[in-house]
Amino acid sequence: MYEDTSLTGRRLRLRILRHNPQDPGSSPRFETFELDETDGMTLFIALNEVRATLDASLQFDFVCRAGICGSCGMLIDGRPGLACRTLTRDIGPEITLAPLPVFELIGDLSVDTGKWMRAMAERLETWVHAAGEPALDRLEARMDPDLAEQIYELDRCIECGCCVAGCGTARMRPDFVGAVGVNKLARFRLDPRDTRDDAAYYDLVGTEEGVFGCMTLLGCEDVCPKGLSLAAQLAFVRRRMALQGLRGGSR
Amino acid sequence: MWVHMLFVASILLGKDAMWAVARFFEGYFFFGRSYPAVVSALAATILALLVLHAGIAMRRMPSSYRQWHAFRQHAAALRHTDTRLWRWQVVTGFALFFLASVHLYQMLVHPEAIGPYASSDRVWTGRMWPLYLVLLLAVEIHAGIGLYRLAAKWGWFGAAGSHDSRRRLRRFKTGLTGALLALGLLTLAAYVVIGYQHRDRAGERYVPDAAWLRGGGT
Repeated sequence: MYEDTSLTGRRLRLRILRHNPQDPGSSPRFETFELDETDGMTLFIALNEVRATLDASLQFDFVCRAGICGSCGMLIDGRPGLACRTLTRDIGPEITLAPLPVFELIGDLSVDTGKWMRAMAERLETWVHAAGEPALDRLEARMDPDLAEQIYELDRCIECGCCVAGCGTARMRPDFVGAVGVNKLARFRLDPRDTRDDAAYYDLVGTEEGVFGCMTLLGCEDVCPKGLSLAAQLAFVRRRMALQGLRGGSR
Repeated sequence: MWVHMLFVASILLGKDAMWAVARFFEGYFFFGRSYPAVVSALAATILALLVLHAGIAMRRMPSSYRQWHAFRQHAAALRHTDTRLWRWQVVTGFALFFLASVHLYQMLVHPEAIGPYASSDRVWTGRMWPLYLVLLLAVEIHAGIGLYRLAAKWGWFGAAGSHDSRRRLRRFKTGLTGALLALGLLTLAAYVVIGYQHRDRAGERYVPDAAWLRGGGT
């Protein structure tokens, strides 16, 4: 069913953790699927092949196929990553796939990152806190291009959940906001439209569930499929919040 | 800790050198006579800092079986250097609760027993070398990883800058720990040898060869 069928000669064995939490009779188990590798095959293509030809009930998520939507995050041989950005030639031939931990399991490789991300966003108030109502009939205030670029760099986060799954702290403490949360606050702190000061940010992230809970294992930065500078953001927010703590903490 | 290692390693330069370093910390070269209480005060301060540090560090340790299990599973699957380093830090830190306390208590109550013969007798005749060997390994590994992780935590020395800068700093840390461990092992071996040779006269204090050291303060 795929146009590019030039076979590489390798036979892939996908060991996939299967479980449907909605089915009381289901228990977690590994199932193995074999298929021929093709040139330039990604895990996303391989999984679609499995679903199309071997088992139509296999659950996994994808939307964009290009590392932009963050839907296809999963544990690939134990490490969090995006299926669409992982070439099978770099791994295997036996490949073990499991759903991302921490997040609620929907079924097989599909997890509900949205629920976790929304809870985090509400806790950390990850939106621009503007001074008043936006004037919709006027041009927005201009922003320095360099600053816009810096904000955009942090906004490249796609909330795929890999940093949370790669974080030992989040694995031990479910209420930890993770690098994704700290990165978001670093982004709003840069934004001149946001009126919050460090005392307000301290309320949100200057806690043991926030940046001070981070154990600096830096799995987040090392697995981030977008290559975001998460270690630098964590260090930056930690320094600002420590300084704020010395100044008296929250308001 | 690293500076302490250099002072202790003065035995490699000779017994006189080590004797002079030990007396220096007792104020011998300032007051013309030794005040071992200075060493006791230092040991008490470090012991207090150790307890404080341990108390603060405890917050990060897994507090339940569920947490410990989750972390073990995570570290095994992730195969990630910095995650492994933290586990080494926990293991060595836990060992240091006991090992460092024994050493510091001994220095606190027997501050005068630091010298080329006194220390060597403690190492060999006093059978302290097994403790010192494990203490040496634990403290070097713990401090190396700890300082590296501190740099990564606060973004010092570009440690939080990029994967490459962090990797470079990690290599530097590993090299430094290796060098200090080699120095430490050599030093411990030197005390073992002196202690063994001196076993029949254990308890006797060293008298420096150099006349100017015997003569009093500078």
